[in-house]
Amino acid sequence: MSSMQTFTTPLVKENPVTLHVLGICSALAITNSLTSSLIMSVALTTVLVISNAAISAVRHFLPSSVRLLVQITIIASAVTVIDQFLAAFMPEAARTLSVYISLIVTNCIVLGRAEACAMKNGMGTSILDALGNGLGYSLILIIVATIRELLGNGTLMGYRLFELAHEGGWFQENALFLLAPSAFFIIGFLVWAIRSWKPEQKEKPDFKPIPLPYREER
Amino acid sequence: MGAFIDIFFRAVFLENLALAYFLGMCTFLAVSKRIKTTLGLGVAVIVVEGISVPLNNLIYNLVLRHGALNWIGFGQMDFTYLGLLSQIAVIAAMIQILEIVLNRFFPALYNALGIYLPLLTVNCAILGASLFMVQRDYSFTESVAYGLGVGFGWALAIVALAGLREKMKYSDIPQGLEGLGITFITTGLISLAFLGIAGISF
Repeated sequence: MSSMQTFTTPLVKENPVTLHVLGICSALAITNSLTSSLIMSVALTTVLVISNAAISAVRHFLPSSVRLLVQITIIASAVTVIDQFLAAFMPEAARTLSVYISLIVTNCIVLGRAEACAMKNGMGTSILDALGNGLGYSLILIIVATIRELLGNGTLMGYRLFELAHEGGWFQENALFLLAPSAFFIIGFLVWAIRSWKPEQKEKPDFKPIPLPYREER
Repeated sequence: MGAFIDIFFRAVFLENLALAYFLGMCTFLAVSKRIKTTLGLGVAVIVVEGISVPLNNLIYNLVLRHGALNWIGFGQMDFTYLGLLSQIAVIAAMIQILEIVLNRFFPALYNALGIYLPLLTVNCAILGASLFMVQRDYSFTESVAYGLGVGFGWALAIVALAGLREKMKYSDIPQGLEGLGITFITTGLISLAFLGIAGISF
């Protein structure tokens, strides 16, 4: 695979969120505002790049029996740095994101890429792969957050785009979009859209209905 | 006792880790195809949450917290920045020990939990519960109630989803929506139902 492909395949074709179902937790939890989604995306991409680079650099010295421990420790250290940085320079954002920044440690994208890519490839490839996956994740986050914030509140990154009805405008906001269930629905429909576009991403059905006699064979 | 029950029910229904905070979603969506496997996983989560949250509470309050080491003369030390590393280490170590103990004394339970036990190390519901416990400043007894409550709530949610997915095998789902897509939408509907419980005051 060329280095360009390493970078671009995780964007849509092998998106970590919609194809591999990795890192869903934070993708759902903090997407009710575009600002926090952007911060989260940058934080995750940074952690991913740091950990992939570091793990790739030490991969020849790692005995396979303790590799998970070392990987988790490297990831946790990178996350602690980001966490402390946000707490020091962006206390407002750190408070909104609360535990979700710390939860990057258990975000399966980071450990998944460490196992699947950084343990096998050199630093250059690992960093490109980390950037690609980070951006693929960010893409989903930004799409979901834009829909949720715009329809739920009429704002984007805090700027008012739609005038609210009870303030004399025309837009009736839908508070459901700020609540948990809407994130599930939006990602569900997003998966539907991507899989209609690229049908090869579909999982094999584990059960096939017996065609009824009166129904035409599909 | 009242506070104990309050925290338990709050953690099970109102602040359900899976449906309100989206924690442990990867496992939640991937392993929810059959009720039988989710029951095993659910029990594993209850056991691990019930032990790891109180354990992390003790470590946080007795070692890491500002001024906690006063008794050996390190009163000014503040180790809270090590919280994340210590919690993940405690969880990983605890699951290893639990695995060894279960294998030795309760082989039946060990076989039922199977592969799910080690995988819980990287389940964000487990780490998330400990982080919330620190953030909300729970005392030891409260953390016991919280740990059991979140474990129970998570188990309840995944068993409910598996039940729906087992029935859904027979449905004719639009092209492209089968599998992951419809699972997301189903989870959204369950989450909507749990949201309705928020109207009840305890």
